[in-house]
Amino acid sequence: MKHYLSPLASGLKPSGIRKFFDLASTMEDVISLGVGEPDFATPWVIRESAIFSIEQGQTMYTSNAGLIELRRELSKYMAKNQGLNYNPDNEILVTVGASEALDLAFRTLISPGDAVLVPDPSFVSYGGCATLAGAEVKFVPCRAEHDFRLQVEDLQMAYTPNCKVLVLSYPNNPTGAIMTRDDLLPIARFVSENDLIVISDEIYSDLTYEGEHTAFANLPYMRNRTLHVHGFSKAYAMTGWRIGYVAGHEDIIQVMTRIHQYTIMCAPIMAQIAALEGLKSGESAKNNMVLEYDRRRRIMVHGFREMGLTCFEPLGAFYVFPDITATGLSSEQFAEELLQEEKVAVVPGNAFGPAGEGHIRCSYAYSTEQLKEALTRMARFVSKRIKKS
Amino acid sequence: MLSEDDRRLLHLLSQDCRMTPEEISIQTGLTPDYINKKIKQWEKDKVILKYSILVNYEQLEEDKVTAQIDLKVAPQRGQGYDKIAQRFQKFPEIKSVYLMSGDFDLSLLVEGKNMHGIAQFVSDKLSPLDFIETTSTRFILRRYKQDGIEFYGEEERPKRLMITP
Repeated sequence: MKHYLSPLASGLKPSGIRKFFDLASTMEDVISLGVGEPDFATPWVIRESAIFSIEQGQTMYTSNAGLIELRRELSKYMAKNQGLNYNPDNEILVTVGASEALDLAFRTLISPGDAVLVPDPSFVSYGGCATLAGAEVKFVPCRAEHDFRLQVEDLQMAYTPNCKVLVLSYPNNPTGAIMTRDDLLPIARFVSENDLIVISDEIYSDLTYEGEHTAFANLPYMRNRTLHVHGFSKAYAMTGWRIGYVAGHEDIIQVMTRIHQYTIMCAPIMAQIAALEGLKSGESAKNNMVLEYDRRRRIMVHGFREMGLTCFEPLGAFYVFPDITATGLSSEQFAEELLQEEKVAVVPGNAFGPAGEGHIRCSYAYSTEQLKEALTRMARFVSKRIKKS
Repeated sequence: MLSEDDRRLLHLLSQDCRMTPEEISIQTGLTPDYINKKIKQWEKDKVILKYSILVNYEQLEEDKVTAQIDLKVAPQRGQGYDKIAQRFQKFPEIKSVYLMSGDFDLSLLVEGKNMHGIAQFVSDKLSPLDFIETTSTRFILRRYKQDGIEFYGEEERPKRLMITP
């Protein structure tokens, strides 16, 4: 049946994560640090409000852009937390996870021949969605010596005149890197000079452990050049609800809403009601989870450094991204042998782009006991390798 | 006012008081020296009163009952509630003493081996006190949650996929 497939769709590479998923799934007693979602269940206040809404029979479609109450609350939330001002009537769209927002953004902005600049390493969907929208994807390497922060020089190297969109994703998956206001200012200048538009995926912004997160749209002249993508999955532990949102200039949001109307209709009402409750009363549960992640983050960084590996200090998200080149192994070899030998699953860094080679991504969305056991096993594994090489 | 760091330190200790200053240091970025000093200070200032464990005696099939005894009292001239509360706290059977708003004035948690023992204690020790106007005794039948800890039921660790992006 292969000849029926569109070359664009069939040309999509399977995610590098898939292979390890298949391998790890067949094994028992594996401690997996490979998961990109919180280990907490959604806070009870949020779950309870969704249960109540279902009991009340709130099971219908909502307006395409999402419940107006939710959009109003999102508008307030963005104003209060990030200093961003978006009109709930026409500048905010509620989506099925931030993932849908990303897909819509590419489809709305890309014309044939356009190119998209994507930081490397980064979340696996950017490249895939941009490609499906017909874009040429240009990876911009981010390096450990810059704490994995995007540098203007590297952007300039990758830039060609057909570049139209820049993807930003800070705090970053997989590195845990953040970018401060000062780091972002030169990027903003580059964006203005080259007339780019930015898709800024800030899904991990609440998980920032030092200083304040800066929303890219908050920088001078960047509001109308930015699609601010966010969601509830990470900070509110709501991955399975699939609820996110995007805010930006009315002209773009309205076209995104039109595509959303044809393809999705609206995000599930239960998830929207749950999200609304999260904004109203989930703050303290969220803050407690952030504190807990911070504690685990420190355990992980300390653990890897004790092993003798270079481990840059991640200041956001819930990943550490240690450098494993001292073992003499490639990222994939490391992940594979570690899984076979010590039954710890991690994700090879190159699954997130070529610049991730030489690193592994370890999520610390696990209990402290699990993390400590995983660190013990990894230390055993690493000590053998470092001695050998 | 507590600083953010100190609030965190206190929180960690109240979650698990067996953690060493070195471990806490790894998890907070505070120095072991600071942590040591702070703990000593808190102990001295009676901020930290005791390092305790939470036991589920039901699991051990150990006989132990707890009653909540609410009291209406008539404070006497020159002796406010504090004086009366101080009298109660001397009884080892009384584990907690609270001043309450509402219909009753003081609330006690009394522990005994069985209901009979507690009834005896109430009739022998409490009722004769002339400043007590009324008492209301209720026995705790089962503890489901205490100090934020759930005693029964599965721990909430939802099943996740092994690896996700």
